[in-house]
Amino acid sequence: MNRLQQLFKTKTKDILSIYYTAGYPNLADTLTIAEALEKSGADFLEIGFPYSDPVADGPTIQASSKTALDAGMTLPILFEQLADLRKKVNIPILLMGYVNVVLQYGVDEFCKKCKEVGVDGCIIPDLPMYEFEELYQATFERYGLSNIFLVTPQTSDERIRKIDGLSNAFIYLVSSSATTGSNLAVSESSTSYFKRVADMKLKNPIVIGFGISDKASYAAANEYASGAIIGSAFVKALAENGKLTEKIEKFMRQIKP
Amino acid sequence: MSYFVNDKGYYGDFGGAYIPEMLYPNVEELRQNYLRIINDESFRTEFNALLKDYVGRPSPLYFAKRLSEKYGANIFLKREDLNHTGAHKINNTVGQILLAEKLGKKRIIAETGAGQHGVATATVCALRGLECVVYMGEVDIKRQAPNVARMKMLGATVVPATSGSKTLKDATNEAMRDWINNPVDTHYIIGSVVGPHPYPDMVARFQSIISEETKKQLLEQTGKDQPDYVLACVGGGSNAAGMFYHFIDDENVQLIAVEAAGKGVDSGFSAATTYLGKEGVLHGSRSILMQTADGQVVEPHSVSAGLDYPGIGPQHAHLFKTKRGKYVSITDDESLDAGLLLTQLEGIIPAIESAHALAYLEKMEFKGGENVVVCLSGRGDKDMETYMKHFNL
Repeated sequence: MNRLQQLFKTKTKDILSIYYTAGYPNLADTLTIAEALEKSGADFLEIGFPYSDPVADGPTIQASSKTALDAGMTLPILFEQLADLRKKVNIPILLMGYVNVVLQYGVDEFCKKCKEVGVDGCIIPDLPMYEFEELYQATFERYGLSNIFLVTPQTSDERIRKIDGLSNAFIYLVSSSATTGSNLAVSESSTSYFKRVADMKLKNPIVIGFGISDKASYAAANEYASGAIIGSAFVKALAENGKLTEKIEKFMRQIKP
Repeated sequence: MSYFVNDKGYYGDFGGAYIPEMLYPNVEELRQNYLRIINDESFRTEFNALLKDYVGRPSPLYFAKRLSEKYGANIFLKREDLNHTGAHKINNTVGQILLAEKLGKKRIIAETGAGQHGVATATVCALRGLECVVYMGEVDIKRQAPNVARMKMLGATVVPATSGSKTLKDATNEAMRDWINNPVDTHYIIGSVVGPHPYPDMVARFQSIISEETKKQLLEQTGKDQPDYVLACVGGGSNAAGMFYHFIDDENVQLIAVEAAGKGVDSGFSAATTYLGKEGVLHGSRSILMQTADGQVVEPHSVSAGLDYPGIGPQHAHLFKTKRGKYVSITDDESLDAGLLLTQLEGIIPAIESAHALAYLEKMEFKGGENVVVCLSGRGDKDMETYMKHFNL
């Protein structure tokens, strides 16, 4: 059982996950940010490895990815930075990024490296279920990695069941049909969608992401799920002036006072 | 061996639908319906009528006498440049707009580089009274002002893509983001044989009219429906896919795809994808693309905006890997010279894209008497500024 699976076994409510882009705001900030987030109460982290053409992302994460790439961030450098990860950070870590970067690194090598540095799983939004099942699932399992699938308001119940069957940590419920960074308007349609999925009594816990930006949307998401993921709003906060760790503490206090 | 798509959406190792879950319902809706719709009798009747009376098909297969004398082979030009809006792009947009209507879509989005596909999309949207939004790189908007004006006059909204390098690949990203944000009422008309399955197959089918007509016309003019060579330029590869389509299984027809070498394949300013690229995933399909060792997409360069794309469609990647097609490249300067040559020998000013295919004739060796078809995918009006600058006209 990896750290992520353990977390969901022991904690079933108010799980807070934060996404940030590796190499942003500065190339060497990756571990500093992870430590600060753990200290201020994050339950698990998603570290994004940047890609030149992130189609599922809105302007904030596109911009942070570009800054990181311009600074020279690559997967080999990220794995180097994460070499001491488990000496400093205890909470579960996911890597999140697009499939082409993983393919060029080599899927087997990527999974092996993840295990070596203590990464617990991945979110690869443009890796389809069919390809995962046919080509990659065995490799992920060999290295004890969890692959996290997304579900959207348009995903059919049948497909959600299939995703539930392929998942072994949690299901990432995308709050609305949108790219990252648009604000969650908790409307009747979104709450009925959250309820619909909650009522399916899936074997995996649900975590809601996309559009979670503040205390109110975090609380709203937690009504229907085991937790929520904040990405763009946190990346935006990192862009403000001030000391990195202080910005992180300040942001986290707003979410979890 | 099959050179066409299988039921999983693959051409050999290439293709598939590498899309985020947010796009899955849209793409799946298309996948489940496209063959049924485009094979339907009423669709075919309407599509063929529009191709005939609106686009102006069949386009002529023109025997280029003086060009043939120069090269010592029988050179035929498939005149897609004579289509309404000036290029082959309209074959696909007519097909997709009818399909979008059958799916009940109210809003059309598209990406465009030089603006040819954007104009072809805005044209059919005007024709059918559908809302049209075209994404175009901020840099391209500045370079292609006349096409931007045409799209606006046709009633389209042109949205600048301001991310990344602000060119075609970024316009494609923005169109995909729009589709993620508007999953129910919107159809995305992709302009080339790229994107997630079923797009490469669907666009190739709509463009296959090019080779369907060519076969009949060749039979009439030469007594044989197979030429020795078929040539077409390749950016994403839609005119080549249409030009090759009905010849792919005729193994004695040599298929030659001409990529843009830009300033030279090793100059750092090139779009010769099969030479410079590696296998990977871009814009929803597994294919060959220009990228760094770390998998970041590299910016291509070509004097021709229509070939300025860092990937090729998955079917082309398959034809290349299996060696069924020969993939070659032509530089900016070679293509411009070929454009001038055709103009002076035949009185036809070709698009610089198409001039890449023509330029390869210079590098071929003919015994004499071979039949060669070159797809003249578009006309050169849009390229006059480039020609003027290059030749000091």
